[in-house]
Amino acid sequence: MTKFLKRSYLVAVLLFLYLPIIVLIVQSFNGGVSRSKWEGFSFRWYRELVQDPTIMKALWITVSIAALAAFFATLLGTLAAIGINAMRKGPQAGMMTVTNIPMTMPDIVTGISLMLLFIFTQVDRGYFTMLLAHITFDTPYVLLSVLPKLKEMSRFTYEAALDLGATPGYALRHVLLPAVRPGIITGALMSFTLSLDDFTVSYFTTSPLVQNLSTLIYSETRKGVKPTMNALSALMFVILLVLLLAINYRSEKAENK
Amino acid sequence: MSNMNMPSWGLWLMALGLGVFVTMLVISVKRHRGVHRSLFAWPYSLWMIIFTVVPLFLIAYYAFTDAQGNFTLNNFYSFWDSNFEMKKQLSDMGFDLAEMGLNERGTVNVDTLIYSLWMAFKCTIICMLLGYPAALFMADRDFKLGSTLVVLFIIPMWMNFLLRTIAWMTLLEDNGIINNLLVSLGLGRVRLMYNSDAVLLGMVYNYLPFMVFPIYNSIDKQPRMYSEAAMDLGANSVRTFTKVTLPLSLPGIVSGITMVFMPSVTTFFIPRVLGGGNTEMFGDLIERTFLTADNWNVGSALALIMMLLMLLSISLLRRVDPKGEGGSLL
Repeated sequence: MTKFLKRSYLVAVLLFLYLPIIVLIVQSFNGGVSRSKWEGFSFRWYRELVQDPTIMKALWITVSIAALAAFFATLLGTLAAIGINAMRKGPQAGMMTVTNIPMTMPDIVTGISLMLLFIFTQVDRGYFTMLLAHITFDTPYVLLSVLPKLKEMSRFTYEAALDLGATPGYALRHVLLPAVRPGIITGALMSFTLSLDDFTVSYFTTSPLVQNLSTLIYSETRKGVKPTMNALSALMFVILLVLLLAINYRSEKAENK
Repeated sequence: MSNMNMPSWGLWLMALGLGVFVTMLVISVKRHRGVHRSLFAWPYSLWMIIFTVVPLFLIAYYAFTDAQGNFTLNNFYSFWDSNFEMKKQLSDMGFDLAEMGLNERGTVNVDTLIYSLWMAFKCTIICMLLGYPAALFMADRDFKLGSTLVVLFIIPMWMNFLLRTIAWMTLLEDNGIINNLLVSLGLGRVRLMYNSDAVLLGMVYNYLPFMVFPIYNSIDKQPRMYSEAAMDLGANSVRTFTKVTLPLSLPGIVSGITMVFMPSVTTFFIPRVLGGGNTEMFGDLIERTFLTADNWNVGSALALIMMLLMLLSISLLRRVDPKGEGGSLL
């Protein structure tokens, strides 16, 4: 009985979380323009989506920025984690404090402070500045997912490799990196999804000419978001879901081996 | 990309600095066997200085200067009295403010801050009341579903946050799904949108997962034998919960509170969509001051006040959880 109650509670909470998403997906198959009236099942918005240059451009900007930002953030963050792990206590604590600043800062302050930086240095806001901003808020997450993996490792593994005649480069590639690979992958995936979904920081660091999906949706809010946007987000949602299931399936298979 | 702008001097300087560090790094790794690995953190340090520390100083700079770049505290007076600038201009022009009946303080900014804190407080409490049982049941070993359920809580966050909020509009509006349902059940329409309850709903919806994860982690981490020992010693399940499980999950609660309260004070966009025009929150106020009123100095002062409040609440919360055991999403 209590088990049943617990289950129903969890189902109710999950239903609350999924309700708007179900609404969005259903809407994307609605034949009409109206938000709340059902006018028959159709793929109309999916067809129009492919032909909509504004959305396709925003999609390209969103995905390319997320990929580039994830790549650079992973590079920067992994190197930083290795470096910080090798530091003595004092400097290490200092670095962690600096890392925690952006993580505790409200998004809007991050966005505004970067906007001020770009205006102050007279860099026109656009694709490039948005990329820099995304790398900035992604990197601490990579750092914080790689560092624990390094801490789990024995301090001497790397030095043992050096003593056994490995060059630092070789030891890095064949000893350190394999040990922290799960952390790197987690960090990279997290960066990618954070960038994909970011609105506030992008909003302040780009120009109206270069829009990602979030800022495009924002600019359309007042006149009503086009149903094509629902179709796109439903598609992206399904793609991410399939990716996740595939990764889960692979790791389960790897575990069973 | 169509708008790949020509970087100006500032950018070249940054690129140059980064280039120097990367070259230094490569050279030292190649040349010396025992190069200290702490060097690897240098590009990151440089990056953080340029893109986090310097921008924060810029906010402070704008907050303490006027439009001409002279030192002033007026921006903070403007926070306290939103009519401050207008009154100052008028009195500089020789008008007698008392005569015009303009001596009153403009309370918009302070009121918005208090309203935001109050909304964030309510949101945090509701998230905690909703999220704690959810986390507790998720961690229940009898289900053996814990990790799957965590994924189920993460998945909704993949849908664009703006679109999810707009989807609530479809549910709540006057001709929306819920109202149509009510009408077809023979009940009247209810006005669900454009009030602060709708905003609160949107906030709870958005931040609930951030409360559930840390609490779940802190409960899941507890060795099962603790609660079993309590049971063996004669405690009933309620007592086991209040004396063992709940105190041990305190770090998770603290971390959840941090992760919900902080972002919800600066909630931005949700009030605009679900609240209509009359429920502005501090995030919207900062944005409006910067972009609509185009007043960077007052905007920076507001942002600075915001940040100080955040730091204050973090340090208060750290006292409850000094070791930061609650962790975060990671």
